[in-house]
Amino acid sequence: MTDSADPRDELTTHLAAMRAFAISLTRNVSTADDLVQESIVKAWTNIDKYKPGTNMRAWLFTILRNTFYSERRKRKREVEDPDGAFSASLVERPGHDARLAFGEFVKAFDTLSPEHREVLVLVGAEGFSYEEAAETMGVAVGTVKSRANRARARLAELLGLENGENVMADIDSTTLAVLGKSETAAA
Amino acid sequence: MDSSFLRMPDDTEKSKVDREIDANLKRVYSGLIEEDVPDRFKALLDELRRKESGK
Repeated sequence: MTDSADPRDELTTHLAAMRAFAISLTRNVSTADDLVQESIVKAWTNIDKYKPGTNMRAWLFTILRNTFYSERRKRKREVEDPDGAFSASLVERPGHDARLAFGEFVKAFDTLSPEHREVLVLVGAEGFSYEEAAETMGVAVGTVKSRANRARARLAELLGLENGENVMADIDSTTLAVLGKSETAAA
Repeated sequence: MDSSFLRMPDDTEKSKVDREIDANLKRVYSGLIEEDVPDRFKALLDELRRKESGK
């Protein structure tokens, strides 16, 4: 091994993704930046635990989400931005044809639990395989699949979209009314 | 290039609604990814490296 093969040189190429993932989890840009900062330091000092040749982004995301959830557990009462910083950070984006629908989507996404946002970002947006997502989240592959399905079903319900055959269709309006408030049900 | 970014698992199994949701997710996420990374992170990496080489 030479110095040029230091896997830590690769860290900079994942910073934007780490930050996007952190914002998705925290819904607060400054909290997200602190989370990224802490994760970088952990990754740097634990680089010996990274297996060269494996998916470094998945490894970094594991550190980041574990840090997020352990801090969240510590701080029982999570201080979440009541105004939805996540939506706010996206509001200024240039509008396209589907602007209104997109805004609604972002609002609905904002009301999901962190666990549901997490699985949707990993599987739906990052394009992780179920196996990679399972490893990152520290759960079984089957859990990733069912959680992703539930998360999609919630979004579909919140957006009033018609359910397809592979999403749960049995969420009644009472459940739906609770969804906006609920942070608990993690599938 | 990181090929995982482009991969879509089990796309054929997905319903139309799921595909719509994923398209929106990708749009939200790519908007976040395109944001400029704050300088503090690159500065932090430089600092970590400097500390180490100073040992």
